[in-house]
Amino acid sequence: MSRAALLVLADGRFPAGGHAHSGGAEAAVKAGRITGAASLEDFCRGRLHTAGLVAASLAAAAALGVDAVALDGAADARTPSPALRTAGRKLGRQLMRAARATWPSAELDDLARRFPKGAHQPVVLGVAARAAGLGAVEAAYCAAYESVSGPASATVRLLSLDPFDATAVLARLAPEMDRVADRAVEAGRRVVDDGVDELPAGSGPLLEIGAEVHAAWAVRLFAS
Amino acid sequence: MTTATGGVRALAWIVARDDGRGGTSLPVLDGGGPLALRRTRGSGAEARVVLVGAMSGPLGGDHFTVEADVEAGARLHVGSAAATIALPGQNKGDARYEVRLSVADGGELRWLPEQLISARGSDLHVTTRVDVGASGRLVLREEQVLGRVGEEPGRLSSRIRVSVAGRLVLDQELACGPGAPGGWDGPAGLGGCRAVGQLVVVRPEFADAPVAARVLGDGAAVMPLAGPAALVSAVAADALRLRGLLDEALESLGSV
Repeated sequence: MSRAALLVLADGRFPAGGHAHSGGAEAAVKAGRITGAASLEDFCRGRLHTAGLVAASLAAAAALGVDAVALDGAADARTPSPALRTAGRKLGRQLMRAARATWPSAELDDLARRFPKGAHQPVVLGVAARAAGLGAVEAAYCAAYESVSGPASATVRLLSLDPFDATAVLARLAPEMDRVADRAVEAGRRVVDDGVDELPAGSGPLLEIGAEVHAAWAVRLFAS
Repeated sequence: MTTATGGVRALAWIVARDDGRGGTSLPVLDGGGPLALRRTRGSGAEARVVLVGAMSGPLGGDHFTVEADVEAGARLHVGSAAATIALPGQNKGDARYEVRLSVADGGELRWLPEQLISARGSDLHVTTRVDVGASGRLVLREEQVLGRVGEEPGRLSSRIRVSVAGRLVLDQELACGPGAPGGWDGPAGLGGCRAVGQLVVVRPEFADAPVAARVLGDGAAVMPLAGPAALVSAVAADALRLRGLLDEALESLGSV
């Protein structure tokens, strides 16, 4: 396993389209719920422990080789917002393109064939991690980090927040990302033995509601 | 109901059956203590049952289970006489409230209890599992209020799983109060709101004609799920406003 492959996969410049999504930050900024570094941190912490933990667990399970169809169905059931299901599949399709070009693999080809419209992004992420020679731990870390790095960099643009402050938010959340990644890997291992009902299902009500509010806008800076 | 050293164990069980004469009979209506059941006047083919809490609780260490099975072609409405209040108890440990519901083909369940109020110092885990047959119908309301007026909430976690024709369409967990993972009350969670709730609606016709996604103000959305079901999710400052949002959403979905 090359640990450096994780840096490639988790790099914000990896061309998987994530920069076009705010992870719910745009809706929260517009509603006045994110106004600066402190509320951004609270937003990111809430997202990390709900949608972030679910995504990291899905990615870990996929990296362990769990059936992608079952994981994708579990992701649907854990994503009541249709706007977020659409965004998740779109991001999955874009990640699939980048990953197949970067780490060609029969497993990625097979996943792309089974999901022509895109599988949920964390499922693709887990299979991409396998293709890159990475394991469940790395896949979980990548998903957990993405669940907070997206909103943080989007808020820099939305609020003209100082990028140093946004990065400090991410650094302060690092110990919690460690715990979320640990829990996600444990969940992924339980899924291998006992099925997808073992996946966590944490939800943030305002993430789901906010995604629908955002999808109804005529003009927006970010896709989700 | 039994009282063990660890707290109260209580079980209520309802079975609703098509009586073959255009109505619904209740061959099983078992409950007691904190989960007493009363049959009240229904309307048309629908049988109506009210959960009457004859004790306070659940308290720490208690374990309540409510089960309702709606058989093929039967119609059941279940409500409750008052809000349920989770309170701290003499016994150590958390309290558990388990709800298990099934709706067979052609059956209909309207599960519309009053709010669950999480009082300061309480620690309650609620799990709700619903299995609906391919042509079954469901309206389920769940409302949680964090703390009585002006009170800090207790610890509350609530997980709901709904499957239709054996396929999971909703699996969600909400954790709030002291000791819940960080950010639960922040801008991604409840944003300071003290009432949170949802409606799950399952109808076979949603398979061909899913509901359109729609928002009701800043705090509520109607969302088609991946399956013949819809979820209304809402947050509000208090229980009254929350009920208003959920009622408005249910009305907009048309009568069952």
